[in-house]
Amino acid sequence: MSLNIYEKICAEHLVHQEPGQDPVLYIDRHYVHEVTSPQAFEGLRMAGRTVRRPGLTFATMDHNIPTTSRDQPIADPLSARQVETLAANCREFAVTCFDMHDPRSGIAHIIGPELGLTEPGMTVVCGDSHTSTHGAFGALAFGIGTSEVEHVLATQTLLNRTARTLQVKVDGQLGAGVTAKDLVLAIIGRLGTAGGTGFVIEYTGSAIRELSMEGRMTVCNMSIEAGARAGLVSPDDKTVAYLEGREYLEGRDFDSMAEGWLAWASDEGCDYDETLELNAADVEPQVTWGTSPGMVTGVLGQAPTLADLADAAERDTASRALQYMDLREGQAMTDITVNRVFIGSCTNGRIEDLREAARVACGHTVAAGVEQALVVPGSQQVRAQAEAEGLDKVFVEAGFQWRESGCSMCLAMNDDVLSPGDRCASTSNRNFEGRQGKGGRTHLVSPAMAAAAAVTGSFTDVRDWDYK
Amino acid sequence: MEKFETFSGLLAPLDAQHADTDQIIPKQFLKRVERTGYGEFLFFDWRFNDDGSLNHDFEMNHDRYQGASILITRDNFGCGSSREHAPWALKGYGIRCIVAPSFADIFYNNCFNNGLLPVVLAADTVDRLFGELRANEGYALKVDLERRLLLTPSGEEIPFELDDFLRDRLLNGWDQVGLTLRHEDAITRWEKDHDID
Repeated sequence: MSLNIYEKICAEHLVHQEPGQDPVLYIDRHYVHEVTSPQAFEGLRMAGRTVRRPGLTFATMDHNIPTTSRDQPIADPLSARQVETLAANCREFAVTCFDMHDPRSGIAHIIGPELGLTEPGMTVVCGDSHTSTHGAFGALAFGIGTSEVEHVLATQTLLNRTARTLQVKVDGQLGAGVTAKDLVLAIIGRLGTAGGTGFVIEYTGSAIRELSMEGRMTVCNMSIEAGARAGLVSPDDKTVAYLEGREYLEGRDFDSMAEGWLAWASDEGCDYDETLELNAADVEPQVTWGTSPGMVTGVLGQAPTLADLADAAERDTASRALQYMDLREGQAMTDITVNRVFIGSCTNGRIEDLREAARVACGHTVAAGVEQALVVPGSQQVRAQAEAEGLDKVFVEAGFQWRESGCSMCLAMNDDVLSPGDRCASTSNRNFEGRQGKGGRTHLVSPAMAAAAAVTGSFTDVRDWDYK
Repeated sequence: MEKFETFSGLLAPLDAQHADTDQIIPKQFLKRVERTGYGEFLFFDWRFNDDGSLNHDFEMNHDRYQGASILITRDNFGCGSSREHAPWALKGYGIRCIVAPSFADIFYNNCFNNGLLPVVLAADTVDRLFGELRANEGYALKVDLERRLLLTPSGEEIPFELDDFLRDRLLNGWDQVGLTLRHEDAITRWEKDHDID
């Protein structure tokens, strides 16, 4: 029988199923961070339980930490307390923790793959919705709540309601200057923010195969923005090549591991509950205009005209979004000016993203109207790599700020926050009201588009860029 | 977790699609290490003006909806992040049941781990309830989870779907970790078969 990768992983990880209940799956990898774990560890303590398999859980501090300097203590006492609580919990329960001074630290979804902790065929969870990122390796990876974090810590398993499968098949070639970020935004635009609810997405087709592992991570990362808890890509030679030499895979027989990994790929002729097909050649650089990631159009497009929207609820939602975003109906994306730029996050904080942005920024200067253009690497390893390639100098010479790693302005829990009325070109994943700061306005774009917006002060079609 | 018992409660309206977790509980309130104390920050940016005063234009703030324990809203409620602070904030505010045409997956799951009942009803039924609640001050529903019914003041029974397992978890207030650990032998067997030691 032909099986898709989701069916294979669920079958292999089934621990137990009571009649009429959800299947209990074994969890191979668990990432924890400071914001969604303290109550879970406390729950263990209160129930007199312990962490069943401390060796399968890895902790990192990413949401709350400053990106300015690692030498100073964290100024915000509440953030400091969360970070200290995670460190203490990890010590108490013997969980490995990459604290913010560790050269391997960074955003959970960047460092997991980077360290070789995420492997094809694994079940991967974290108390963070962007855990779907790890699906790029052919792992079943999804975000969970804090009670589920506690459940995984205590039992190394999770109840997992079987999802329906959605194949998103992308053939054709992405044009020059069009990236994985544009592709996934276009997919979300087609599906809508809830179109993937109840589904696990497998991304297939030649355009997905063509993407680098970094690009595949960007695509899988945003699956949740279409409502799908998980999105994955079947492993192939690129997956194997990425993993070779990674720290946590050392000392194991790589060839036999690789053979096992490739066997997880969906079988030829397998079934999916639904399929959506796109042609990559049709995708142009994307810009969101509204307050959910599905409110997106091409850079040469416009904000919607309300009368064109047939559905009353959709019209209300769009009207409210335009008002919050302070945009006119039909306003051209290229007619929008920004005063802040953020390049980073688990969506676009990898080395390839920084290279793309630096290529655009090189030899240019940040526009006078842009008060701050932040570049925040996704991990300290990405940061070191970028510095080795001289990308930091390119950014700084162009007028960008070069920071330490972390989640930073993606959700603005640290000091990297928009002020009311600020308008930001951001490579992150959510443009919700107030996401990057109360009253702030977020436009989601690719790293290249964000860098171009920093230089010109408005959204510019990066396909026509004057590379220096 | 406490048992979910039949109750009658006032409805409060949140007339917005895609109310995301950043609206339910903004990030500046995620820095606590406790499970409680989030209720006052529910829908913070909508409920309060910049100077901290109550935003009277926000419908939920109207006097007639104070003390509500049922929230009625639109499609895709709870989309966005996995933060369990969202159900914690709703519970802290006094909400025990949420009625909507659809919910985001992670949020939906999180509700059942917190004794919070998400009820999915057809969009036109939700629409009708919005109308009735605005037309009738003090509009309350009785939530009968055992029978999977909402009862309107006129005695109309509105059935909703929920599988037995999820219903029984709420009704019994089961600790899911405890339930799973009853099958610890199966976990150990799986680990043995997969060379995890």
